[in-house]
Amino acid sequence: MRPIALRDGADLDGFRRAVRRLAAARTAPEAVLWSVGAPSLFGDDAPTPDEGAPVLLPQAVGRLIETVVCHGDPERYALLYRLVWRVLNGERALLDQHADPLVHRLERLNKAVRRDIHKMHAFLRFRALPDPGGGERYVAWFEPDHHIVEAVAPFFVERFESMVWTILTPKGSLHWDRHRLMTGPPAERPDSLADDRFAEGWQRYYESTFNPARVNPTAMRAEMPQKYWANMPETAAIPALVRAAPARVQAMLEAEAAIPRRRMPEKAVAAMGRQAPDSLADLNRLILRSEPLVPGATRAVLGEGTEGAAIAIVGEQPGDQEDRDGRPFVGPAGQLLTAALEEAGIERGGLYLTNAVKHFKFVQRGKRRIHQSPTAGEVKHYRWWLMTELGFVRPRLVVALGATAALALTGRPVAVLRERGPMAFDGWNGFVTVHPSYLLRLPGEEERRRAQADFVADLRRAAALA
Amino acid sequence: MDDALIEKLGILADAAKYDASCASSGAKPRRGGKEGLGSTTGAGICHAYTPDGRCVSLLKILLTNHCLFDCVYCINRRSSNVRRARFTVEEVVKLTLGFYKRNCIEGLFLSSGIIRSPDHTMEQMMLVARTLRRDHGFAGYIHLKTIPEASPWLIEQAGLWADRLSINLELPTDHSLKTFAPEKNGGTIKAVMGQVNERIVEAKEERRRFSPAGQSTQLIVGADDATDRSVLETSGTLYQRYGLRRVYYSAFSPIPEASSVLPVKPPPLQRENRLYQADWLLRYYGFTVEEIASGGEGGMLDLGIDPKLAWALKNRERFPVDVNRADREMLLRVPGLGARAVDKILSARRHTRLRMEDLGRLSNGLRRARPFLIAADYHPVGGLTDRLDLRQRLVTPSSQLSLF
Ligand code: SF4
Repeated sequence: MRPIALRDGADLDGFRRAVRRLAAARTAPEAVLWSVGAPSLFGDDAPTPDEGAPVLLPQAVGRLIETVVCHGDPERYALLYRLVWRVLNGERALLDQHADPLVHRLERLNKAVRRDIHKMHAFLRFRALPDPGGGERYVAWFEPDHHIVEAVAPFFVERFESMVWTILTPKGSLHWDRHRLMTGPPAERPDSLADDRFAEGWQRYYESTFNPARVNPTAMRAEMPQKYWANMPETAAIPALVRAAPARVQAMLEAEAAIPRRRMPEKAVAAMGRQAPDSLADLNRLILRSEPLVPGATRAVLGEGTEGAAIAIVGEQPGDQEDRDGRPFVGPAGQLLTAALEEAGIERGGLYLTNAVKHFKFVQRGKRRIHQSPTAGEVKHYRWWLMTELGFVRPRLVVALGATAALALTGRPVAVLRERGPMAFDGWNGFVTVHPSYLLRLPGEEERRRAQADFVADLRRAAALA
Repeated sequence: MDDALIEKLGILADAAKYDASCASSGAKPRRGGKEGLGSTTGAGICHAYTPDGRCVSLLKILLTNHCLFDCVYCINRRSSNVRRARFTVEEVVKLTLGFYKRNCIEGLFLSSGIIRSPDHTMEQMMLVARTLRRDHGFAGYIHLKTIPEASPWLIEQAGLWADRLSINLELPTDHSLKTFAPEKNGGTIKAVMGQVNERIVEAKEERRRFSPAGQSTQLIVGADDATDRSVLETSGTLYQRYGLRRVYYSAFSPIPEASSVLPVKPPPLQRENRLYQADWLLRYYGFTVEEIASGGEGGMLDLGIDPKLAWALKNRERFPVDVNRADREMLLRVPGLGARAVDKILSARRHTRLRMEDLGRLSNGLRRARPFLIAADYHPVGGLTDRLDLRQRLVTPSSQLSLF
């Protein structure tokens, strides 16, 4: 017989080393005598010199071992080693054979540990205690069935990374200081865990959320066995709630139907229907309050000009300069537009200028903010605002500059160079032409001059239509 | 936390308890990290159970229980004489963070009566979510119940911060809605569902966050005279047309300050239970509404047995099923075999021919499944499925659900 002694608790490292040695020596499960009980919980184990080479196991087996070593059953290591032995000796897919008695038994242990872990995740309650350092420190007491204290640590660290907390259990303790996790020895139940009044508030919440007409303590106990109750402040309320339930229901059933005390506030209800913004200023307030629907954006850039303007010009979205100034068409493309309008004999001040998308979409590259075109989906998100805006301005003609504006106004992709000219928009007389930034991007001097002349001609045509 | 806040919490939690749609699963794993708070794990955790056997996973409260509407089944309707209260945005934020840090909850489920205007109400709710996420780095779960009459832009804003949006239909037919919720409009509710669904699909394509855990709704059963069939038909449509993640069924329950329009009666809990089972069959077991309804009588499910068994008893000629040969679809139709057991059977039978003893280790429902199966060492004798008393033999008296 080969004796193997492992530490108390979940000795995964010890078991791993034992398996390596036993597998290297080809020791059969029947020849191993497992014992548990070396004292230290999270003691430092120096690797022993006669350690064998790592053993290659299917991932599912590794995961099962990690969980089952946490079980309190003294037989767990013997069972696990039998599994390892069979897997190494030809039965690689043994875990798929759920009907095999060994697999079945290990699955049950596995399930018990997982349930215990789950219940600790769920039923542990922190109390906030004042910290000498000025902040708050959170402390919890919990009594798990199995050796799961280390196994639950990652969950609590991840969830409460920004808090300082301690978890005390009879099987070991955990302490997190926002940077490092420390493990400690088993603890005693603390005498009192006084709290600010959140525990009281929580109990009130718990009582209020119970519906006496559905009382079903059996179902409650199946999920929340009584042994956990001691750690949960809210459970103190249970006996009284259950006792009072039938009377509360009876009272409800017997009560006369309520006679309404208040008169029907028809006016208020009717007024509620009229909640859409009722002026351009109102709409603009909404837009400013709203969250950008494109990434990168910092602030909304509103339309500019007078209500009742004959022509509304709709661009794509504010650029870098517009975002900084909070005004539309002030950057390089805007200046080009102003020049072209002048050339066409149209006064910029008499127009209404706005963008299809109200926020500047960009990615940051070092100090530079690089403009990004909005996606069709993003354009669609802003459409409600644009259409409502035009509804207040009521122009005779809406001019779309470029593909994005045309998409917003028609709801379909438009090939601007081919389709430029008059076009019916959703309820508006429309006109499509290029966006001035397109002119800025043209490479050849000659080409740009020609395109610019076409753009000015478009603007003249549009003005004539309005 | 002072007395006044505890008092308000009592009122506004009480007013929210009739909403069933409070599960906290379906969000992608996420964490708040060093500066934020919390995480979502995908599965969701029930942090406690109330004496009605239902779980506490989220802080489920109303922003206010004042309401301008007058839906007769609702305790918060304007004509009811209950005590009213109203939280500020900051108070809801404080409560959510406080309870979350004590590990009492997975997050927040916020609903509200309609005050001032649907937009105003919706905006307050959106602000709660935005404050939690943006100002506190809150990474826990947030479920907002939308106010269907609110403007589209606001509901879209809400979707930027929430994990899930829900739009409660409450009553399965347009007729019931008109009778019991006169100010509500079935068309508006469905239009919002359609809009939210569209945004969710788009956001997935564009890899943006918009209500990543989808949308859900609640139907109240037992308040009107809708049959189970029409309830399930509504659910079927909602799943198919609006991509809903869940339809919750809530047995209409006696409420204080009940309206005289509705008869007061104990809640039809067993019916709610059967509808959940049927819903499950609809979503995961390949049953159609028609098949499920055919197991009962007159459009109502059989209250005595679960809908799968009811269907099997009416389709005895399709049984027994050979567990070593049948395809997945048919195995899923065997009463007592769940999807997990079926998957285990499929993987185990690649290695061995399954016997009854093996099945006992693979499934907990074998007692009920027995008459409907063939295993390597077992064939029900003399066509057990023809025995007239089969139903009697399989029915377990449902004692724990009786109330009085
Ligand atoms: S709108 Fe909502 S809160 Fe108001 S009465 Fe109807 S169901 Fe109740």
